[in-house]
Amino acid sequence: MIGALLPPVLPASIGGAIEFIFEPQSSNVTGGKKVGGLDQVIELMLNQLEVTLFALVLATAIALPIGLYLGHRGVGELFAVGLGNVGRAVPELALIALMAAVIGVGLLNLTIALAVLGIPPILTNAFVGIRQVDRSTVDAARGMGMTEAEILFKVEMPLAVSTLMAGIRSATIAIVATATIGPIAGVLTLGDFIINNNVYGQNGLLAGGILVALLALALEFLLARLQRLLTSRGLRLSEA
Amino acid sequence: MRTTTKRARASAAVLLALFLSIGVAACGSSNDDSTSGEEGGGAIVSNPANGKVTLTIGSKNFPEQEILGEIYAQALKAAGYKVKSALNLGSETVAHKAVTSGQISGYPEYASTALTSFFGLEPEEVPADAQEAYEKAKAEFEKEDLTAFPPTPFASANAVGTLKKTAEKEGLKTISDLQGKSENLSLDGSPECRQRIDCLAGLEKYYGLKFKSFTPVDIGLRYKVLETGQADLSILFTTDAQLSAEKDKFVILEDDKHVFPAGNVIFVSKQSTVEKAGPDYERTIVQVQKGLSLPVVQELDARVELEKQSPAKAAASYLKEAGYTG
Repeated sequence: MIGALLPPVLPASIGGAIEFIFEPQSSNVTGGKKVGGLDQVIELMLNQLEVTLFALVLATAIALPIGLYLGHRGVGELFAVGLGNVGRAVPELALIALMAAVIGVGLLNLTIALAVLGIPPILTNAFVGIRQVDRSTVDAARGMGMTEAEILFKVEMPLAVSTLMAGIRSATIAIVATATIGPIAGVLTLGDFIINNNVYGQNGLLAGGILVALLALALEFLLARLQRLLTSRGLRLSEA
Repeated sequence: MRTTTKRARASAAVLLALFLSIGVAACGSSNDDSTSGEEGGGAIVSNPANGKVTLTIGSKNFPEQEILGEIYAQALKAAGYKVKSALNLGSETVAHKAVTSGQISGYPEYASTALTSFFGLEPEEVPADAQEAYEKAKAEFEKEDLTAFPPTPFASANAVGTLKKTAEKEGLKTISDLQGKSENLSLDGSPECRQRIDCLAGLEKYYGLKFKSFTPVDIGLRYKVLETGQADLSILFTTDAQLSAEKDKFVILEDDKHVFPAGNVIFVSKQSTVEKAGPDYERTIVQVQKGLSLPVVQELDARVELEKQSPAKAAASYLKEAGYTG
């Protein structure tokens, strides 16, 4: 219903949105005070970036070691893959509300809620990536007298880099996009432009969407560079 | 929970009051049944002629609005109309455009919101009298080929609320009492409150208050944030369920400079829709909102927000208990 309603109802324009990003615009409900503009855009974008990085670091710190360990041992497939599927269904809003009673609203609450979103793809991909490594390669490494830790860090992880990084990249996109809910949990992110339609108007809404998309693309680009750096030279076939 | 029995008792009391008032209305209307349709009370009569008209009833996307939208939609269905609903229009801007462009037939709006958001009035220019505010808004709406039906008995407004013990400790009765103290007090409220002139921006401008911090939170989290001490004060709505259910816990500070205009709900509709839908459209809406006093709305809000009933169910039980539907 609402999907059918939206297009004609929204007379936003790309030009208007770009103007909103650079110049403060007047608003119907603020009593004359202008809203938007580059200063506010930068402030909100930095907040969004900050909570995204916190959540990503937390999610990686939890999910990566577990995924690597389970993948290396070859146990817990049901857990690793099952969690990946269940994790995608966690309702963020309910999680924030639940934690509001225990740890309050604010940066910590939002960081944890977003990390929960990032854990499944990282964990599942780490597990699958390590399992996919050719068993005969691992056997050869073991036969050469490598310890289990050496096998994991020197053989399995380098061979699984693209799958591991794919998990981190999906997690990043999910986290940075969802960080727009910040303003309902006490953190002013770019979502402020999207949620508060009455204040920022349709151009502000569109500007918020554009900015989040740009931020996601920028992070994706940085992570792709990082992935290339982490890939051992012998494996960089496509670009050799 | 400790408050459950108190809530149940409050519900029972409100319902009893509702039944009594309906009982009286029913007795009254049975004396002169020729005008009973006009004066409200009594059941909605289905008119087969209305079956040719399809109405799309909208509302904004928070519980009180969804309940109102459901009440109007279900009542119009009972009057014989074909009714669709769009009860999740994000903001008043979207709802206003949806009704102007004819994508919805009508939706409930607060007269105060219409005057300040759509027609550029300052909060202090909004008439305190419900009828006067309604007529002013209606006149403005008519310039856009819209019209508004008469207001509901209840009004809703933003308010500064706090825990009773905080109010006692800080000696707060009115918002002006916050002067000199607000720098050490934190405030929470809905995200858009921060910049709205009928909310935080108005407190800053007209009362000259600066708060230690403002935490934007989801509307559904405001009381939790207040109760757990993460904020000392919160922007509440006068129709909030918690204010009636937990009277001895929360207090509202008097808005002594009238920065938060109170708004009765007026149903906004396109003039052409009103002509096409015939007299039962306005009659039904005005009839079913007669029972919507502040305690009844707080009770309906409580059923949805605290007891997690669906707005549709709460609306249906209101219509049934008030005798509008069988």
